[in-house]
Amino acid sequence: MKCDLVVVGAGPAGSMTAKVAAEAGLNVVMLEKRQEIGDPVRCAEGVSKAALRELVEPDPVWVSAEVKGARIRAPDGTEIVISEDRAGAEVGYVLERKVFDRALALDAAEAGAKVMVKTRALGLLEEGGVLTGVSAQFVGESLKIEAPLVIGADGVESKVGRWAGIDTALKPKDIETCAQFLLLDEGIDDEYCEFYLGNEIAPGGYVWSFPKGQSIANVGIGVLGSKANSGTPVMLLREFVKKRFPEGKILEMMVGGVPVSGPIETTTADGIILVGDAARQSDPITGGGIINAMRAGVLAGDIAAELVPKGEVDKTSLQVYEKRWRETIGKSIARNFAVKEFFVDLTDDDLNRLTHSLDGIDIAQLDLRGLLKVLVRQNPKLLLKLRHLIV
Amino acid sequence: MLLVNRYKCGYCGACVGVCPAAALELVETWIEVNDDCISCGRCTKICPLGALELTKEAQA
Ligand SMILES: Cc1cc2nc3c(=O)[nH]c(=O)nc-3n(C[C@H](O)[C@H](O)[C@H](O)COP(=O)(O)OP(=O)(O)OC[C@H]3O[C@@H](n4cnc5c(N)ncnc54)[C@H](O)[C@@H]3O)c2cc1C
Ligand code: SF4
Ligand code: SF4
Repeated sequence: MKCDLVVVGAGPAGSMTAKVAAEAGLNVVMLEKRQEIGDPVRCAEGVSKAALRELVEPDPVWVSAEVKGARIRAPDGTEIVISEDRAGAEVGYVLERKVFDRALALDAAEAGAKVMVKTRALGLLEEGGVLTGVSAQFVGESLKIEAPLVIGADGVESKVGRWAGIDTALKPKDIETCAQFLLLDEGIDDEYCEFYLGNEIAPGGYVWSFPKGQSIANVGIGVLGSKANSGTPVMLLREFVKKRFPEGKILEMMVGGVPVSGPIETTTADGIILVGDAARQSDPITGGGIINAMRAGVLAGDIAAELVPKGEVDKTSLQVYEKRWRETIGKSIARNFAVKEFFVDLTDDDLNRLTHSLDGIDIAQLDLRGLLKVLVRQNPKLLLKLRHLIV
Repeated sequence: MLLVNRYKCGYCGACVGVCPAAALELVETWIEVNDDCISCGRCTKICPLGALELTKEAQA
């Protein structure tokens, strides 16, 4: 099989790349190793409304719920409330990813991309040192797909970069290891996303409750890999649920890993572009990766459409991708990585103190960056190291 | 040797993402381990469910 562009992985990053490239006229093949796109889900499904709307028209079919804002709870129980609507904060919609991911793949297909499920990329094809495509397994049969450019949109378990000599292996301190229950409980706040902080609750991470309507929520935990041990996330999540939602009924469970490494050194090689979690573009503070994956997909799709017809797909030509993503989403990823590196070592006392320092300040309309600014202003000593980051 | 408890595994791919030897692969609902495994133990600590275990080579 021959085409202009192979996209490996049909998550939000892959589908956006495939859609944009196909719309611009490229002959695109997108491979997905699972037999069902988007399932099983590995996500808490929260996204910013404003950011999502810039990328795709929201469809009630894949929006589970809309929230009014976020509550952040310090270890001692003190609460901060941030409203969603004014400032385009980090939350707003809670999605149904099973449906959402498939809808994005459908958009790509409608734009002309060929989608192949139960098709796993196995390695890169080469001829005389030049990349010529990928080898794959399609429902158990081997298959060669020739293309001058390969997009690695293969998520946290990405191999495409490694095949091309980019070491994307995540250090334990650069991954949040997560567990989540779909929980039914009267105590679920249907209107707010909740975040619980504390070194006992979730070392180097947090517990979240993202409501899906009718007293059901994604209640999950992320623990920093370097602070985790075998099975820590699911154990701590059970403890949390027992305390906070003792009558809670677990309707689904899932586990996963989110990269929090900050920008990696390189996301391109000759004939290769990495996008989304494969490029470790998820946000190091929130662990949110959907929006960045989609934005990177748009950039990569545009660039592929521009460069493939010209035959300019060597690493040097692909620097335009490095430049564009690092100047856009890369800026907040880099800043938030530095902030995360600092925050994961704070004690519960520090976290409580920070929360109390916001007493009497109107923060309802702030986004994450605005909130950090206020925190630095109120806690100049404790947050001295962050001052240069927050301008 | 690395043992995968397939009855525990939630097929999330987190272990694959941290393996420095690229010795792991997630195929639908199972984890494959190849000969490149250097028994570093990183994946066992990362697994959210505790489905991975390193055993002494003698037992293999
Ligand atoms: C517990 C948890 C909670 C999260 N919560 C949120 C949240 O609330 N909000 C948010 O924005 N983000 C969240 N994230 C992060 C978010 O899920 C990811 O950032 C997002 O899915 C990244 O999209 P992607 O397209 O890069 O990768 P993915 O969605 O992971 O897609 C990659 C695809 O590639 C496929 N693939 C892999 N290898 C191959 C191969 N060799 N051949 C073919 N196909 C292959 C995979 O099967 C997969 O379908 C969360 C993650 C976790 C684990
Ligand atoms: S990290 Fe654990 S649960 Fe996830 S795929 Fe690996 S063995 Fe399975
Ligand atoms: S023990 Fe180390 S080398 Fe072996 S599979 Fe796990 S992470 Fe990879």
